[in-house]
Amino acid sequence: MAENTEFSTTGKPHPYHIVRPSILPLLGSLAAGILAIGALLFMHDIKLGNFEFGLKGVVLGLAGVLAVMFFWWKDVIFEAVTEKAHTPVAKIGLRYGMTLFIASEVMFFVAFFWAFFNASLFPVTEIGNVWPPEGIQTIDPFDLPLLMTMILLLSGCTVTWAHHAILHGNKYDAVKALGLTVVLGIIFLGFQVYEYAHAHFGFTEGIYPSTFFMATGFHGFHVFVGTIFLAVCYFRTEKGHFTPESHFGFEAAAWYWHFVDVVWLFLFLAVYVWGGLIGVHPEITG
Amino acid sequence: MSADHHDHKPGFFTRWFCSTNHKDIGTLYLILAIASGLIGGGFSMIMRAELHNPGIQFLMDDAGNPDGQFWNVLITAHGLIMVFFVVMPALIGGFGNWFVPIMIGAPDMAFPRLNNISFWLLVPALLLLAASAVVGAGAGVGWTAYPPLSSKLFHPGMSVDMAIFALHLAGASSILGAANFITTIFNMRAPGMSLHKMPLFCWSILVTAFLLVLAVPVLGGAVTMLLTDRNFGTTFFAPEGGGDPILFQHLFWFFGHPEVYIIILPAFGIISQVISTFSKKPIFGYLGMAYAMISIGVVGFIVWAHHMFTVGMPVDAQAYFTAATLIIAVPTGIKIFSWIATMWGGSIEFKTPMLFAMGFIFLFTMGGVTGVVLANAGMDIAMHDTYYVVAHFHYTLSIGAIFGIFAGWYYWIGKMSGRMYPEWAGKLHFWMSFIGINVIFFPQHFLGMAGMPRRYPDYPDDFAGWNEISSYGAYLVGFSTLWFLGLTIYTFTRGKKADDNYWNVQPQTMTLEWTLSSPPPFHQFEIQPQVK
Repeated sequence: MAENTEFSTTGKPHPYHIVRPSILPLLGSLAAGILAIGALLFMHDIKLGNFEFGLKGVVLGLAGVLAVMFFWWKDVIFEAVTEKAHTPVAKIGLRYGMTLFIASEVMFFVAFFWAFFNASLFPVTEIGNVWPPEGIQTIDPFDLPLLMTMILLLSGCTVTWAHHAILHGNKYDAVKALGLTVVLGIIFLGFQVYEYAHAHFGFTEGIYPSTFFMATGFHGFHVFVGTIFLAVCYFRTEKGHFTPESHFGFEAAAWYWHFVDVVWLFLFLAVYVWGGLIGVHPEITG
Repeated sequence: MSADHHDHKPGFFTRWFCSTNHKDIGTLYLILAIASGLIGGGFSMIMRAELHNPGIQFLMDDAGNPDGQFWNVLITAHGLIMVFFVVMPALIGGFGNWFVPIMIGAPDMAFPRLNNISFWLLVPALLLLAASAVVGAGAGVGWTAYPPLSSKLFHPGMSVDMAIFALHLAGASSILGAANFITTIFNMRAPGMSLHKMPLFCWSILVTAFLLVLAVPVLGGAVTMLLTDRNFGTTFFAPEGGGDPILFQHLFWFFGHPEVYIIILPAFGIISQVISTFSKKPIFGYLGMAYAMISIGVVGFIVWAHHMFTVGMPVDAQAYFTAATLIIAVPTGIKIFSWIATMWGGSIEFKTPMLFAMGFIFLFTMGGVTGVVLANAGMDIAMHDTYYVVAHFHYTLSIGAIFGIFAGWYYWIGKMSGRMYPEWAGKLHFWMSFIGINVIFFPQHFLGMAGMPRRYPDYPDDFAGWNEISSYGAYLVGFSTLWFLGLTIYTFTRGKKADDNYWNVQPQTMTLEWTLSSPPPFHQFEIQPQVK
């Protein structure tokens, strides 16, 4: 709801961004459908005569999804930077949109935390009525995980540094701070790969690895996505897309990064510290 | 008002496959809903034909033995298609897309391109789900897909995984669409239209969208865990690996209970508009109506385990979930009584949409009352998984949501297509549906009370009488659906031209769609309307 004086791409006297028709939604759905079918063919080892599908369908579908994402956001950036279509009112809409997307992501993680607490607070007989389950050698939270926590918290600082630099129009600092954030994200992911490779429990070895790998795995995937998002912002900052007044693309990435950070803090406290060190034992629970 | 603009409609492919226009996308959603409705309705016709008599009529395997799996595949496909591909696309995607922007005075949705992918994601989802019914042994897991029935052990083929991916795609579609609606409603209301002046249909979509954003991702997580349990060796729901099948039920119903309000709230919104228009009175207790929907939405998140009273829940938990569930009867009662109070003393016109709305009030109340019965854990333990439950939720969904859809359809079809349906034919459709649907589902209360369980293709001879009557009702509804199709085709080809305000909506109940031409211009409200 705003003054009638602004003009969007349509040249109409309303403050909204009326988007041109686009083939990308149709192609995106097609790619998502191919990705789903590819995953089905892979999971069920489908062969057509001598032809083994393997991961081919997944790769094709994923490539399609990524291509659609690339061109879609390319269009968005073109509309924002070149066409100046994102009026102040349209930008408020983008804020709502990103907030709601993050809210839905939070609820996605709720499912995995629910699974974790369901299994750990009420450990069943099959795992010896204790958490961590019998025979599971957990990861020491105050070893690598604490370092990873510090890395993410530090990256939260650097991304805020980048924000302040953008607000002050200091491109040099903004680029430097964003670059540091991306590097910290990559280091975090590297440590996670190292941790997975050296874990003393395998993915299919019961409920502890199930909850551990799925919760931290989806988190790691979100760190990966957030790192790419920030890397895009790095290049956009270099190109001078962000001004002190208008830099929502960066803010969205920062919000997302903070969300990923908070999820990690909950994972660290619940899964690593409580679930790995303390847990539930018969002598405590009676 | 903006008929003076000449419309720039894009060419056929661009208009329908690359659309960024909320009305065209709404139309696509409605087409998908009708097509899916015929598939899902066709499944229910097969089911009622099978249940017409005791013994097995059609559902036999090649060796001539009864095929219970086939039955389970039918009920699964029927349930999932009706929920995800008929009711939600029609009410939210169809009418929501068409009328939320118009009713708040906006030129389009907040994210038009996102709007289009929300629609198109449903197409691969529907294809995957339809294919899951015919690939291998099919997905005979019910719409709830509880493990261990849905685990690899009992459904080794591809079908369940196809259904899971269908839910992933449909879920992504719903979440994106919901974020779009919330943003549109919060950010694009015309000057002067505060939230407290917004039509109740927009309120209903707003609350629904919040439920979608918060509930659907939990289903996404649950089916993802089911997928990894089935294919990648995790043990979330497998007790032998320390997991818990009841966890799936909790996750499913944490989504599933808000989902049933996602289905019914937009129908509430439509009913409010229709009752108000045809009673020529503003809705009674407007604010109470809006906040009743909000409280239904909020409380809807904390009652989920009333679907699970028989899993061996502690009695304290049963008491809590019973009490919390009964509380929902309060805001629902506010809505029912406010509709009645709106009609009270009104100058009522019994046009087809009003008939569907009044049918809705009468019969949704029935479903609500049986819901109060089932909310009591003590009662539910006796009635769980009987036809009483089937009757209950079809009174709320089959009659509630579908009557809401038809009320909206007849109310707005002139606005959407520019052509009017023949009134007598619409009324005949209503009476056939109203009688038929009651003949189907009312006897199912008796069957359930007598102990007939859900999800079996056969039953003892004792249940034969009411089952036969129920099946006759289904044939009548089947015929009325064909009648509706014919009527729709007639409307689009031969219907009389519709005026801008063909219901003669009075100033005191005016909403913005009646200020536009029928059909509205390709882009409406390029000059924002000023709301008093």
